[in-house]
Amino acid sequence: MDLNLTSEEMRFRDELRSWLTANVPADWAERREESLESRFEYLRAWQRRLFEGGWAGVSWPKRYGGRGANLMQQVIFWQEMALASAPPMANTLGLGLIGPTIIAFGTEAQKTRYLAKILSAEEIWCQGFSEPNAGSDLASLQTEARVDGDFYVVNGLKTWNSYGWVADWCELVVRTDPNVPKHKGLTVLLVDMKSPGIGVRPLRQITGESEFAEVAFRDVRVPIENVVGNVNQGWDVAIGTLMHERGTFGAGLQITFRRNMERLIELARELRRNGKSSAQDPLIRQKLAQCYAEIEIMRWNQMRAFSRINATGVPGPEGSIQKIFWSELNQRLQEVAQELLGPYGQLEGISTHSVDKGTWAYGYLRSRGNTIEAGTSEIQRNIIGHFVLGLPRSY
Amino acid sequence: MQFGLNESQEILKQNARQFFAGECPMTHVRRLAESKQPYDPALWSKMAAQGYMGIIFPEKYDGLGLGKVELILLMEEAGCALVPGPFWSTVALAGAVIDAVANVAQKTRYLAPICRGEARSTLALLEGGATWDLADSKLAASNGRLTGEKLFVLNADVADFILVAEQTGVFLVEAQAPGLSITPMPALDLTRNLYAVQFQDTPVEKLGDGTNLTRALNIATAALVAEMVGGMQRVLDLTVDYAKMRKQFGKAIGTFQAVQHQCADMYLETESSRSAAYYAAWALEHDAPDAATATSIAKMYASDACRAVGNRGIQIHGGNGFAWENDLHLYYRRAKASETMLGDATFHRERIARLVIDAVPASFGGNDRSLR
Repeated sequence: MDLNLTSEEMRFRDELRSWLTANVPADWAERREESLESRFEYLRAWQRRLFEGGWAGVSWPKRYGGRGANLMQQVIFWQEMALASAPPMANTLGLGLIGPTIIAFGTEAQKTRYLAKILSAEEIWCQGFSEPNAGSDLASLQTEARVDGDFYVVNGLKTWNSYGWVADWCELVVRTDPNVPKHKGLTVLLVDMKSPGIGVRPLRQITGESEFAEVAFRDVRVPIENVVGNVNQGWDVAIGTLMHERGTFGAGLQITFRRNMERLIELARELRRNGKSSAQDPLIRQKLAQCYAEIEIMRWNQMRAFSRINATGVPGPEGSIQKIFWSELNQRLQEVAQELLGPYGQLEGISTHSVDKGTWAYGYLRSRGNTIEAGTSEIQRNIIGHFVLGLPRSY
Repeated sequence: MQFGLNESQEILKQNARQFFAGECPMTHVRRLAESKQPYDPALWSKMAAQGYMGIIFPEKYDGLGLGKVELILLMEEAGCALVPGPFWSTVALAGAVIDAVANVAQKTRYLAPICRGEARSTLALLEGGATWDLADSKLAASNGRLTGEKLFVLNADVADFILVAEQTGVFLVEAQAPGLSITPMPALDLTRNLYAVQFQDTPVEKLGDGTNLTRALNIATAALVAEMVGGMQRVLDLTVDYAKMRKQFGKAIGTFQAVQHQCADMYLETESSRSAAYYAAWALEHDAPDAATATSIAKMYASDACRAVGNRGIQIHGGNGFAWENDLHLYYRRAKASETMLGDATFHRERIARLVIDAVPASFGGNDRSLR
């Protein structure tokens, strides 16, 4: 156990740090009020700059445009991005989930075709997993793909696609064999979102914005070489993606939580309660300390998990504790923020009295989705029960 | 950066696990727990022969000279086996305090016998007010003599010498000293006894002022958390085994999500406590600027977690978990005692608040010192 940086890691960090100092744009924080679309284009340009600097895919193989470094350097990258208050990258799902899935399961031709454009944000990716009738029971999905010559013909409806409104490509899970048990007839396809027959409808969510979309497929033709992994073994590929989602995807979030926490502490010093600073109120102190502690534990859990992945190469089902931990922590943090802010907590950014441009009202609502997206807390607990602790399957 | 055990650490942990499984099985723990004097000199000698008593102390005092991470791994296994008696109080508490505050001659006289397994000890900290803040201590030695009372002193009756912390520093009292009397305070934990210790013009030897006491108490706290983690792991293992074996409605109860999800929470709480204990140990070993905060975070989280894990474990065991014959209550009792020892979650949350809210600007810890 050695939590100090190695000399190689130190060199990496120093080089990254000086690059970030020279390149991080200063105006990201002021763009909260802009539309989702305009903010997205901003982030896309920022990711392009990172890619050109050689930083977009730290742990991805060099021959596909990555840096060829290890996962620990990837972790250092996230830390440094946060310390530099750098904006996030645009192609979140491509970088965090779909790229790693193609690296693990894709053909050489697929890796050459797709990976570099994920890193450069030239092609934005979404995931077509959930359906109106297949949420937690993902394997029951109905979107079907029939073979027609050198193509699959896809019909069905996907929902809750993050970035569906802007995506160029989609990692789509379809049913290719309806006559076998549900887990055994699935296949993963890479689908061009500009294909004829695809209809994208934005889904308006609890916050009022539309991060997600519903995507309809009507006789959409997908070349058979776009299958990832083997036909009818798509469940393994999908689970591989989901383990990345649960295990490593939370790394960048820890940084966001840290920032929110630091801001909450500042706010506690400014706001008054019972005739003194809220930062001196014993109950507020207890709650802030609890959140602070859990954010640190989230980091230590992640460091342990990353060290394990770095040694074994793949995230395991124990990544489910990361997903439960960050999602429930963020909800508690947002609740504490609301309590601290009192009546101000509810104000939206357009109010002249709003605190932090309505971040906290937004965060309170947005965090409500955290224990649902990327596998509900209930599903994560099933996974721990069955796959980690070896308890019998409950369903 | 590697947050995993290296090969020698893995070996140390596995050896400790095997040692305790062989030399301190639950039947033995239970026999000692029910005997009202949970100290076994034979087990003590065997543990000393393994070098456990001197694990973190310098070789010149007959210790092994290993680090805090190694201590934490050993304590984790001791907690898993529910090792009874004065191990933690002698090594992680009194030993760490002597190592931190005493001079070379005193260490030769008191720390070396601990390392060799020839002496047992403890630290008397609390008084009637029962606050962990030493500033609240009312006792004060004067002219090498002490009068007054300390409460909640672990394992005092088997200690060869007792350390006493008061406002001006740390003192040592020999077990045979005149004016010293030790009275049991019967309590929940059957594997470690508490005592009231009275001093009546009792001669004491000053070991040092309180400057380094906090650092030693942080080490003791991290070791205690590791012991709690071992206990949580054992309760989780027992509970998962039971949920697989126990049948109701024609199925193993572990099939039901109401049971599975509680097991999943036990796993999450145990693993998160373990991450915190390991990080705190590393931070203490390397004098990281966030070592005190990390220690409090670990004790805070584990104090709530060990209670929750115990509650869930017993709940899943149903009536069997409530029975005296079942081992769970021995862990449950220890968990409650350890939760309180050196400050519960509320105490440590306030300590965290002092460290991170009252400090301006608020800053997070990190493994890279240049981050701060």
